[in-house]
Amino acid sequence: MKKDWPLWEVFIRSKHGLSHKHVGSIHATDAEMAITNARDVYTRRNEGASIWVVPSASIVSSAPGDKEILFDPSEDKIYRHPTFYEIPSDVENL
Amino acid sequence: MYSQNVDTGVDRKSDRASMSPEEAAFQDRVDQDITIEPRDWMPELYRKTLIRQISQHAHSEIVGMLPEGNWITRAPSLRRKLILLAKVQDEAGHGLYLYSAAETLGVDRQELLDALHSGKAKYSSIFNYPTLTWADIGAIGWLVDGAAIMNQIPLCRCSFGPYARAMVRVCKEESFHQRQGFEILLELCRGTEDQKRMAQDAMNRWWWPSLMMFGPADGDSVHTQQSMAWKIKRHTNDELRQRFVDQTVPQAQHLGLTVPDPDLRYNEETGHWDYGEIDWDEFWNVVKGNGPCNRERLRARRQAYEDGAWVREAAQAHAEKRAARRAAA
Repeated sequence: MKKDWPLWEVFIRSKHGLSHKHVGSIHATDAEMAITNARDVYTRRNEGASIWVVPSASIVSSAPGDKEILFDPSEDKIYRHPTFYEIPSDVENL
Repeated sequence: MYSQNVDTGVDRKSDRASMSPEEAAFQDRVDQDITIEPRDWMPELYRKTLIRQISQHAHSEIVGMLPEGNWITRAPSLRRKLILLAKVQDEAGHGLYLYSAAETLGVDRQELLDALHSGKAKYSSIFNYPTLTWADIGAIGWLVDGAAIMNQIPLCRCSFGPYARAMVRVCKEESFHQRQGFEILLELCRGTEDQKRMAQDAMNRWWWPSLMMFGPADGDSVHTQQSMAWKIKRHTNDELRQRFVDQTVPQAQHLGLTVPDPDLRYNEETGHWDYGEIDWDEFWNVVKGNGPCNRERLRARRQAYEDGAWVREAAQAHAEKRAARRAAA
């Protein structure tokens, strides 16, 4: 069995002004081929204005088990949201 | 749907009492419709079932290019040729989205391809039928892609995130496939007597194999209950098959085509179309490799893969040479 070509994660910017969004992955021997393949596989219907490809092996992600440690602390800080504050209804532009 | 009778490794649904704490916590997440992502803990059987189903689905997209590719050089007009080329290219794309989703479960692309080429992995029975006339291209788009959409829309809500997301992309693109197929048949049905006969002949040959795409009847589908508990599957085979019949019969009437089923009649009580008995011997025969084109399809796939070997090797050598030059500079 021969080894697969390296795996790349593909991110597409759909329209100018929006950030790149992960769409899937592709195999390619190098970055240039990764861009070309990503174009063919993920933008056949005018979905793209820009493509990023990143070697999958370079992506570092948080562990599912750390979800609580990482994200729970922000849950009780409701004062970070504008709806926390009571403003008299006759005050405008606030 | 391009996956039929996917083995779950068990012949009935596992009950809660026999689950480990991890399995019970996993089942709770699934029950609450919390999407499972690749790095989350999952039962080994869930992982294996998904690899089987997603790869079978991917293989079907890729093998599905063959019967249609047969007509690219013989499409009746430039317009039809452009459309067919775009459709076959889409099928390749769908296969690639799906292989990419399967790989998130820790399997290599190469392993999946090897399993297809060795005949170990299955693909949908439908692609083992030949495309004899141009009307068959219409019938594939209308009936086969129609049946596929029926199955794929619920898969957009599948419990496994990467599969569900791939299905969203596929479903968006699939609608064009079904409409172009219907349009081909509409044109033939409005044409000469010979053209209309050609359309009816395609209908006669593709109707029953399309119904078989939904897989065995519920009573014979031992893996359905577990797949539904895991929310890999959202509806039973017979439910989806019935929906497909209900949706398709009025479309056939619009075309003026006869559905080749003497038992087909509208049931006033249930509000559904009752249909005749499916020839399950034919279904199992095709699944086991004895359909009209099974050998031909695998031969064509292997040949294409072998013919592309030098391209893959050259691309690899080119990338290595450029990397070495960069390192030296």
